[in-house]
Amino acid sequence: MSQKQEEENPAEETGEEKQDTQEKEGLLPERAEEAKLKAKYPSLGQKPGGSDFLMKRLQKGVWGIVSYPLSLEPKGVLGMKSVEQKYFDSGDYNMAKAKMKNKQLPSAGPDKNLVTGDHIPTPQDLPQRKSSLVTSKLAG
Amino acid sequence: GRVKEMNTYAWPTVFGGAGGESERTRADIISTVEFNYSGDLLATGDKGGRVVIFQREQENKSRPHSRGEYNVYSTFQSHEPEFDYLKSLEIEEKINKIRWLPQQNAAHFLLSTNDKTIKLWKISERDKRAEGYNLKDEDGRLRDPFRITALRVPILKPMDLMVEASPRRIFANAHTYHINSISVNSDHETYLSADDLRINLWHLEITDRSFNIVDIKPANMEELTEVITAAEFHPHQCNVFVYSSSKGTIRLCDMRSSALCDRHSKFFEEPEDPSSRSFFSEIISSISDVKFSHSGRYMMTRDYLSVKVWDLNMESRPVETHQVHEYLRSKLCSLYENDCIFDKFECCWNGSDSAIMTGSYNNFFRMFDRDTRRDVTLEASRESSKPRASLKPRKVCTGGKRKKDEISVDSLDFNKKILHTAWHPADNVIAVAATNNLYIFQDKIN
Repeated sequence: MSQKQEEENPAEETGEEKQDTQEKEGLLPERAEEAKLKAKYPSLGQKPGGSDFLMKRLQKGVWGIVSYPLSLEPKGVLGMKSVEQKYFDSGDYNMAKAKMKNKQLPSAGPDKNLVTGDHIPTPQDLPQRKSSLVTSKLAG
Repeated sequence: GRVKEMNTYAWPTVFGGAGGESERTRADIISTVEFNYSGDLLATGDKGGRVVIFQREQENKSRPHSRGEYNVYSTFQSHEPEFDYLKSLEIEEKINKIRWLPQQNAAHFLLSTNDKTIKLWKISERDKRAEGYNLKDEDGRLRDPFRITALRVPILKPMDLMVEASPRRIFANAHTYHINSISVNSDHETYLSADDLRINLWHLEITDRSFNIVDIKPANMEELTEVITAAEFHPHQCNVFVYSSSKGTIRLCDMRSSALCDRHSKFFEEPEDPSSRSFFSEIISSISDVKFSHSGRYMMTRDYLSVKVWDLNMESRPVETHQVHEYLRSKLCSLYENDCIFDKFECCWNGSDSAIMTGSYNNFFRMFDRDTRRDVTLEASRESSKPRASLKPRKVCTGGKRKKDEISVDSLDFNKKILHTAWHPADNVIAVAATNNLYIFQDKIN
């Protein structure tokens, strides 16, 4: 889409006229992008907002990585494609954490790797919870 | 002072691992950056719940070129991951915001918050140690009282400086939704915390209760249309605060008018041309940050594509609009697909309110001089940060022929986002967080 558009728009936007032109020029790419999106995901609703999407956002406030195709679950205003980290209970949570830790820190020891998740663990078998003493790399 | 030449930033100090994606862990990603009131201390928070504080070196006459560099002063674990048993959800330890308290004695205090809990931390120095106790040995073991035949007075001896951080208050269990903002009041006694739907007022001394001052939760959640995205107290008027929304509006509230400030005193919204509305309009109008100017006369808001300056006396429209990366308007489809359209950029003022700064993609950040109307794009990267050379202005090419040294929109790295920047309250020193690296740039011209 060839448009006369400056690379870096000047800071001032005070004149009414300038604002109008700016909006009109901005109108075209935005609408074109919308058409592109609708072409890819025809099931998307007209308006991205709505209480369903906002409510999901409230449950998990960060943008997650989607694990299902975009077409199945349209995103809301605030990025509702985040996956909720729901756990059955605290035991489930601790098991999931332990599994994740085993993947991240192979130095935990081969025996501990085998134990977690494969049979009922005893307190001695479970790897330690994440150590708080891992210093930030900013601190050198 | 005024920003004379915005492209004279140099002298970078870079903190953080130099490794690439594989070396960097998620926990190292910086999530907040904040100077204290004097600018001598700079605090960063990260996704791993850790806080690192940097201190500026005193200017040394014997080393005129040592321009007050920042070195690590203290680091501590502020928040740990928790498990919400009621909802079976994990509570992230990521530090969302850090706000300093004004200094009142030798110690420094700051508030740090994750999604659910705010903590008041005291950072104090210890450079003396008492030696010669009567009841215990130098290594701490208790002495047998029968062996003590003489009394001595312990003496204070100098020791290597130790900086200790201790949690003094924990403000918990007041937020059902995720905390996005904290703001210390100018009365230095209270502060506010805001989540998606509510804002609470705390007293710094009282942890077991807080006042709810804004509640936009509808009786029927099906009617939910907008959420609170940021909130801040006025820098001088202790009864005034503002909060921004996902629909691009800002509400100014006066706590004198009523205890529950659901009804605003002022409502700021830029009128939108209904014919230009698109699927993306509401998303890109969502305000990700709101900051009062130091003067208290203006406030600045950041939405996805622009930064707007508002005069508190005029609610109808902003007095200035600065385009951060307008070229992204023609990329909104892919930015929606990769979630970048929901990135929350922050913005900041310089000490004299003459310039504003905000981040962008590809490790670019933008500075706007309000007086001269000039703006510049700079890059925070190890390759472009040579010790004595000024940062070279960058340019993004949107179409047609790309000039030398320009970068095309399609080559931008959208994983390299600068969401958090901070400006020293008085000097031309800036801190820029580029994922897991912290860059501190100083003005070359004295």
